[in-house]
Amino acid sequence: MNRTYRIGTGILAVMMLFIVLLSSCQSGGKKGEKKETAVEPLKDITQVKKDIQQAEKIFNALPSPLESAMLIKSAGAKFDRKFLNPVENIKLYTTNRSRALNLGVYTCDLSFASMYDETQLIINYMTAAKKMADGLGIMDAIQQSTVDKLEENINNKEVIMETISETFLNSNSYLADNDQPAVASMVLVGGWVEGLYIATQLVDLKEFNGNKLVSTIIDQKLSIDILLNLLNSNKGNPSIDEMIVQMNGMKNVFDKINIKTTPIKTEIDKTTNQTILRSKVTTDMSLDIFKELMGVVAQIRNTFVK
Amino acid sequence: MIAMRMIRIFSTLTLLLALVTFNVDAQCKAFAKKDCIPELSPYQHDGNYHAAILVEGEEAELYKTFYSDMEYRVAVVGEGKLPAVEFRILDDHKNVLYSNTDHDNAKTWDFKLESSQQLKLVVKVSPFNKPGDIPASGCVAIMFGFKIKK
Repeated sequence: MNRTYRIGTGILAVMMLFIVLLSSCQSGGKKGEKKETAVEPLKDITQVKKDIQQAEKIFNALPSPLESAMLIKSAGAKFDRKFLNPVENIKLYTTNRSRALNLGVYTCDLSFASMYDETQLIINYMTAAKKMADGLGIMDAIQQSTVDKLEENINNKEVIMETISETFLNSNSYLADNDQPAVASMVLVGGWVEGLYIATQLVDLKEFNGNKLVSTIIDQKLSIDILLNLLNSNKGNPSIDEMIVQMNGMKNVFDKINIKTTPIKTEIDKTTNQTILRSKVTTDMSLDIFKELMGVVAQIRNTFVK
Repeated sequence: MIAMRMIRIFSTLTLLLALVTFNVDAQCKAFAKKDCIPELSPYQHDGNYHAAILVEGEEAELYKTFYSDMEYRVAVVGEGKLPAVEFRILDDHKNVLYSNTDHDNAKTWDFKLESSQQLKLVVKVSPFNKPGDIPASGCVAIMFGFKIKK
């Protein structure tokens, strides 16, 4: 009896230790790059604080699909549905990788359609995004009531944009909070690549020089390192490792584009109370480099949607 | 028999732990939605989520590209149990463009850019407690709103 009790207590102790360890891992859940910490005896508060300060959290923020779509619209691009990923493709996406990437892709297509008041496409793409989110187990991200709300407010742009923003927030917060940073980063990368794909396809090559959309595309060079840092923080996942190779290929092309900016000077706009960050920029990208970029973006995007 | 009972206890404890952890994270998301996103109005929230549990004295960094076609509002909000949350915006030469400590620890900052830039946001929960006290911890949310430049 005593022996049984001792064995039972031992098992319980091991289990409790396991739970404590599990708890440590979870509460230190990766939000960015963090230094490894080992289980150590209790330290004094000063040392604990020092350790905390070292355990820095880093967020690599890519433009959201909504922001990308708004940038394309503000650059004066015209809508063309042929560059969107057809909703019929949802049947192809049966893995977490393809669902995550295409949750980003479809959310970008949805955002793009919403900018141009493409009412039926808005419903179709919200439904497609819902299927991707459901497939990833994010059941609450896009509920049927969300789709219904969109239908009821299909002519109210403000409600549509708020709904897209909220559903995207629900998806990426669920993944971030449930320790799925690799999947969360795939969603973000899918959305960013789709925005870049649509933008590059919409450039009228006959009006390349001075094209505002081309300037918007050049600006994406500023995000490629952020994207690589995001992916590198999830290195070791085979899908992510594959994307790192792809994105390094894209970075090689972006590296051929020169961007020079003068130091930033701040100024307050007294009418709006906004701060203006003043700096001049000069960029150069030849048509050949643009075509190369367009090619590499299309190639990567096709591996996402096929 | 004993082993079965232990497995049952273990499963229950693991489930409880998972629920507690999930609840903490879900609270962070709920906090971000309830207390941070409203600060962005009248700007449109971009849909991205950046929130984490920070402890007094702890720092977080965020890197983001901001575009010349847009006007932005950044909102940095910490849970009530935390001391003041400081934030600074730096350019790629580490020049401080804005610090909320110069503005009474304001929760938001509105800005627009003449040219697109990659900027760094550094958030720090001020050290508040007395020596020997256990540092407070809580959610800190960083959210961005935008609108097309007029």
